[in-house]
This record gives sequence, C-alpha cells and structure tokens, in this order.
Amino acid sequence: MTDHPTDPAGPTGVSRSEFCAVACADVFLGDGEVMASAFGTAPALGARLARLTFAPDLVLTDGDAALIVGAPPLGADPSSLVIESHMPYRKVFDVVWSGRRNLIMMASQIDRTGNQNISAIGDWARPRAQLVGVRGAPGNTVNHSTSYWVPNHSTRSFVEEVDVVSGVGYQRAAEAGPAATRFHEIRRVISNLGVFDFDTPERTMRLRSVHPGVTVDEIIASTGFELVIPPDVPPTRLPTPVELDLIRTVLDPRGTRDREVRT
Amino acid sequence: MTDKTLTLDDLVGELRSGMTLGIGGWGSRRKPMAAVRAILRSDLTDLTVVSYGGPDVGLLCAAGKVSKVVYGFVTLDSIPTDPHFKAARQNGRVTSMEIDEGMFYLGLLAAAQRVPFLPTRAGLGSDVLTMNPSLRTVTSPYDDGEVLVAVPALRLDAAVVHVNRADRNGSGQILGPDTFFDDIFLGAAERRFVTTERIIGTEQFASEGPLQSLCISRLLTDGVVETPGGAHFTACVPDYRRDEEFQRSYVAAAAEPDLWSAFSAEYLEVSEAEYQKATGGPR
Repeated sequence: MTDHPTDPAGPTGVSRSEFCAVACADVFLGDGEVMASAFGTAPALGARLARLTFAPDLVLTDGDAALIVGAPPLGADPSSLVIESHMPYRKVFDVVWSGRRNLIMMASQIDRTGNQNISAIGDWARPRAQLVGVRGAPGNTVNHSTSYWVPNHSTRSFVEEVDVVSGVGYQRAAEAGPAATRFHEIRRVISNLGVFDFDTPERTMRLRSVHPGVTVDEIIASTGFELVIPPDVPPTRLPTPVELDLIRTVLDPRGTRDREVRT
Repeated sequence: MTDKTLTLDDLVGELRSGMTLGIGGWGSRRKPMAAVRAILRSDLTDLTVVSYGGPDVGLLCAAGKVSKVVYGFVTLDSIPTDPHFKAARQNGRVTSMEIDEGMFYLGLLAAAQRVPFLPTRAGLGSDVLTMNPSLRTVTSPYDDGEVLVAVPALRLDAAVVHVNRADRNGSGQILGPDTFFDDIFLGAAERRFVTTERIIGTEQFASEGPLQSLCISRLLTDGVVETPGGAHFTACVPDYRRDEEFQRSYVAAAAEPDLWSAFSAEYLEVSEAEYQKATGGPR
C-alpha cells in the first residue's frame, strides 16, 4: 500500500479542487462527439477543461436549452455565449436514449456496486428525508456512460447499500438483464479524497488513485464498505501546465472551485 | 370560431375533487401559478397531481389539496428541494409515484397517443420498479427479445399549462427557449386549460415570435385564461425571470407554522389581483 501524504500547498502547488477538476476532465477522454453534462463545480470545470484540451469535439450545453461553442468560464454571462444548436428537455431525452452523452452527476449516497441515490434517505414509503427525486438517473445509467461526483466523501455518502437505487449499478443492471447492461457503464466515481472505478472481476468499487495530500487509510476509514485496494495505488495525476493555467486564468479565475472542495 | 376565454374561477369550477391533474412547466419555470393559487382558494381536495414538480406541488401539498403526487423530481431549481413537498412525504401525508423523468414523458405521450404503454430502458434495474409494483416490463416481440419497461399511459382528467401569449380561440405561443412538455400534458388530458400572460389577436402572433413558438394549437385547448404575472414567482422568460427573492421567502416561511400562516394570509388567502399587488408581481 502506498500513501501520498503530501503537504496540501505543495510540493505540487496544486490544490485539491484542481486535482478533482482534472480527474473529472479525464472522464471525457476518448469520447469524441458526445454531449457532456456535468453537475457540480469540479465536473463543470472538468468538462470545459476536456473540451479545451484533449476532447475538442465534446458538445457542451449552456445549462438551459442550448448547445454552445467553446467552453466559457464558470458563471459566464449567458449573452456572451455562442449558441450552435437548440437543446430543450425533450431533445435531451433523444440524446440520452441515443447514448450520445457522457454525464457526471452527483450522489447523496453511492454503494459498492455503483448504485446511486438522490431520491430519499430511509424507507422510501415514508422517508426520513425526501431528496429531489430519482430525476433522470434510472434512464441515464442504462443508456450512456455515467460517472459520479461526491464532494463530501464519508461513511454517510459511501454506503454498503443505498436506500433508494436511483442510478443503476453493475449488479442491479446484471440482474435486470441484457437490455439494462447493453449500454450501461459507470465509468468513475470522483470524490474529494480520490478516484474510483469498477474495473474489477466482480464489478465492485476499486480505488483507482488517491489525491495527493490524502492517505489510503483515510479513504478506507471514510468509506462504509470494503473497497478493492490494489497493491500499488497511484496518486491522482497532476494537471499539465496548460491545464493548470486554463483552470486558474481562463475557466475559474474567481476560485469558485475552492468553495466546493477545500484543500 | 369558439371563444374559449374563461376566468380563473371558471377554470377551477371545471375541476372536481379526486381528479388527476397535470400541471405544465418544469421545476420552478413557467408554472401556471395563478391557477394553482385559485385551486388553493377552492374547496377542491384529494387531487392526484402529475408534474415536473416545482412550487406548484409544494403549495398544493401545504394546503392539503393533494393525496398523491406523480413526479420524477420536485425542485425549485435555484433551491434544490421544496420544503412543503418534503414535509408531506416525510409525514406520510401524500402517497407518491416517483418515476424517471423520461418515463414520465413517455407516460404522458402514451396517454396523448391513446396507446396503453410505451417501452423504454429507463427504470430497468432501479428502485423505480420496486417502489411502484404496478409497473410492468414488456418483452420485445422481435428477434432481440429485449425486456423493457412498459411505461403505462399517464391519463389526466385535466391539465393546465401557462404560456406567454394566446388567442381567444385557445392557440398558445411559448416565447421562452423550452416548451417543456406542455403540449403533451394537454394531449394527455380530458379537459385542457391554458393560462397566459396576455391574450392577443391571432394576427399578432407573427410579430411576437417565430412560427415554432406557436406550439399549442386550439386542437389541444378547451379554455384559455388571461393571468398577467400568472407564473410568478416561477420564471416565464422572456416576460420575466424567476423572483428569487420571493422564492426564498416562500422557503423561509415553511420553516415555522406561524411564519407559514402569516405568509399564507398575506399572499395566498387573497385574490389573484391582491396577490399581484402584495408581491409586486414579476420584475
């Protein structure tokens, strides 16, 4: 087991939120011309970073009803955006069901086999806490690649079994049959502590990389189930100088990212 | 041509307790709030509300008008959840059918197309199927043999949507960037109502927006009501944006029964004209 207890401020000089943004960007590697949807600050930053670097054909939305050219800074004035196509909700479903989409959504709970919950905490019939609802998570997960962003990694968010399966994980998809597994992929889970995937024989969650400044033991202690921990866990990759400059001077000069994830 | 203009009272008079009511818009956007407020003032009860939920659902739950909610989400957009809907669910005051938001679309579409169901992958493997045991799957009759979710038609007794412009005959014009699913709500309903910021002459439509903005034909409407500011406090672009300040006060008032009584007395137990005056209306 390799730990990477780096000083938060350096030696790399890269903040935790910047590692998260780059880890989110890598979700879009190799996808070509698909619609990126990204919820949360690090995912929004990641999608834009990917678009400006290794994924030039990625299609971004204005968060409302349009597809836009380029990758604007976070919080850009809507009137400054160049619109290339109309994307009202009805057409979003066309895209979802065609599979031409790659999504990073948030998870109130996520479990070992990749089930996600944004519906309710407790018994669904009379929940302890009603959340927003399953939204599009059931349909998204069986139609196109989906990843999750959890900015508050803890035993409350990383649980043995989620209370309400909203986004479908590997085991549930397999149980539902070939129509559910055909286009199903939970590509990554990115948290404020590390990056995870399901590249294991049983398709259970594996620690893929540790953000510098975090230890593997810290991740194990913050996770409510048994993670697959490879013998040698690499650190989450550093942003390239170009990426770091894009994050800091172009996409998020006001440092919105540091309000979501503190170093 | 038939003049379909109604008053808000006429509209509410067409509804009955126990009905399944579809409400157009999405989240806290272009909701027929004047019609919702009129329902709050009525003695209607036991409604099944079918909605891409926003404060319409919250207000109707707070007033005890609802026995069941059919939804994929209930959100205020800039505020993630609606406090009244949360409370109603957590106190067990409403039953619910929570489904994927794409399934919701297909359910309305099936009703509008008069077919019993439409197939989709959405829902497979998720707790949508375990939470709603009445949902069934269907096996493709073709060689693939795929087993898909059969989303049942979501038939509505009545539906109400809010649009930017309409004429007296019931044609509606949506000038904002997204028509959401309003025409399908109307298509899925037995009785179909459109509320509008402004009733204009049919010949004026062309100068208001492009042909595609005329997305609700009179084939889909039984009644039209002019309600300026009728989507307040939700967004109704380009006429007005969401009144974020008022929405925050709506959420804050939900925190304590006393606060809610005061909010209700000031803004809800009053006529629509008084509501518009008290809130200052859309800005």
